[in-house]
Amino acid sequence: MFLFLIASGLTLIFGVLGVLNFAHGSLYMLGAYLSFTIASRFVGASSATFWIALVLGSLGVALAGALIEMAFLRPVYRRDELEQLLVTYALVLVIGDLVKLVWGADNRSVSRPAILAGAVDIGGRDFPTYNLVVLLLGPLVAVALWLLLSRTQFGRLIRAAASDREMVGVVGADVGKLFTGVFMLGAWLGGLGGGLAAPVGAIYPGMDVEVIAESFIVVVVGGMGSLTGTLLGALLIGQLNAFGILFFPRFALVFVYVLMVVVLVTRPWGLLGKPLAR
Amino acid sequence: MTGRWRAIAAALGGALLLLPLALPQFYLLLATEILIMGLFAMAFNLLLGYAGMVSFGHAAFYGVGAYTCGLLLKKADAPFVVAFVGAPVVAAAAALVFGCLCIRLTRIYFSMLTLAFSQIVWAIAFKWYSLTGGDNGLIGIPVPAALAGPRALYVFTAVIVALVAGMLWRLVHAPFGRALLAVRENAERAEAVGLHVRRVQLAVFVVSGAVSGLAGALFALFSRGAFPDYAFWTKSAEVLIMTLLGGPSVFLGPALGAAILIVLNSVVTSFTEYWPVILGAILLALIYVFPGGVTRLVRLPGTVARAAPDAR
Repeated sequence: MFLFLIASGLTLIFGVLGVLNFAHGSLYMLGAYLSFTIASRFVGASSATFWIALVLGSLGVALAGALIEMAFLRPVYRRDELEQLLVTYALVLVIGDLVKLVWGADNRSVSRPAILAGAVDIGGRDFPTYNLVVLLLGPLVAVALWLLLSRTQFGRLIRAAASDREMVGVVGADVGKLFTGVFMLGAWLGGLGGGLAAPVGAIYPGMDVEVIAESFIVVVVGGMGSLTGTLLGALLIGQLNAFGILFFPRFALVFVYVLMVVVLVTRPWGLLGKPLAR
Repeated sequence: MTGRWRAIAAALGGALLLLPLALPQFYLLLATEILIMGLFAMAFNLLLGYAGMVSFGHAAFYGVGAYTCGLLLKKADAPFVVAFVGAPVVAAAAALVFGCLCIRLTRIYFSMLTLAFSQIVWAIAFKWYSLTGGDNGLIGIPVPAALAGPRALYVFTAVIVALVAGMLWRLVHAPFGRALLAVRENAERAEAVGLHVRRVQLAVFVVSGAVSGLAGALFALFSRGAFPDYAFWTKSAEVLIMTLLGGPSVFLGPALGAAILIVLNSVVTSFTEYWPVILGAILLALIYVFPGGVTRLVRLPGTVARAAPDAR
């Protein structure tokens, strides 16, 4: 489900802005580190600190996203895809080092909020409560995103811009602001994913490039720009990973990439995506 | 170029290649690395600059070459020639298989599929402990005694790189090179004038893969090891950056980019560990300040491969 959160931000940005955002993994990492810092500032307080840290941390990432979009991406929308890709890759390098500079190269960890620290008994097996909550949070975010996209003015503008950005500009919408907003939203989702993933695994420099490769698979398999596709992709990859580890512990990773290849070869636009008109 | 100019260029190039032999060992090693990465970048640019195909998984062939050479030498005790020639052959075979599927896609999907293939290679190298040593890498590759010293290895590398670069030069200036440009500029029109577009693309993909594999094999000899990182996507990004930094529109541009990047890396890492942030800054400067690479800043006569400036 973390994967879904990150990948949904990625797919949103690709769908509307047309930019394949390599720096998305970095935003995820930033989210994890920010929540870590904020959470560790209020040591000893109730488990509310975790949620406060999560909210503040992800909002911080959204803010960083807005700055990044305005400073770096805005000048290259009209250039070719390769250059946009490189800008985001440069950001990966820069953010990765800044994180190392600020937080050091050691692994960090965030403790789970106290209420969710236990385990729940389902059908005779224990499941960590925290993981279950996150599991439920994923679809919740998916529904919220869907409502945002289909029911609000902002969502309508986003969808319009995804299909024809010039026309949206012509009818009087401020495309620049809209793009910043979308990037912020995407960054927020990435940061949220990072913040939520923080208590489950360690936080370390290098988590950015690992997670971005996986989110690319999710987005490609599901269909670039398709939100439901991304949900499906995240579920598929999650399952494949879990079963792969169960049966072929060594080569789970290989399967995931094989799936990506199969999808790209048979349906390049992804399971639920639409073929590009161009 | 006329014959006389060609002779002068060859003499200059030869002198440049011999120069590092007079330098202390540190620079000799640096020069070896530059030559190898330069070859890799030129192979990559065959696709990017000449055929207009953006591969985002070229590390796959580099990695395959490195592991083939390393495994044949270490695990199979194969003669050196077999291992060294085997590397580009196996890389070419991999490129043929991947290429058949990749060239059916265009633009971003092509890039994504090459990325997926290279990640498969990486995942196999990373996880197949019994064969590849997993994340520890394949270490202690036996290098023949004749190539054991840094000087000998440099000379060997220089000769191989010069030969292959010469072959690539011939290739892109042969009708095949023209066909590549035609396909890059307008695939439909190229098809209409009788070129078999897919076949041209597949051919260049395989050649590029083979040369990348050769570079990988050289690097395996150089570092006496092969590591999963060689096939990781960040390696693909590295070669892409080198190529763009040098300038894809000039034949030797990518090699120049490789040289600049490696020298800078060695200078920067000597006083700070934060090399990536510098690299990121270079990259941003490349995009905003001098698109087209450093070779765009100075017009080099006689080396422009593109008939027209890119349509940016």
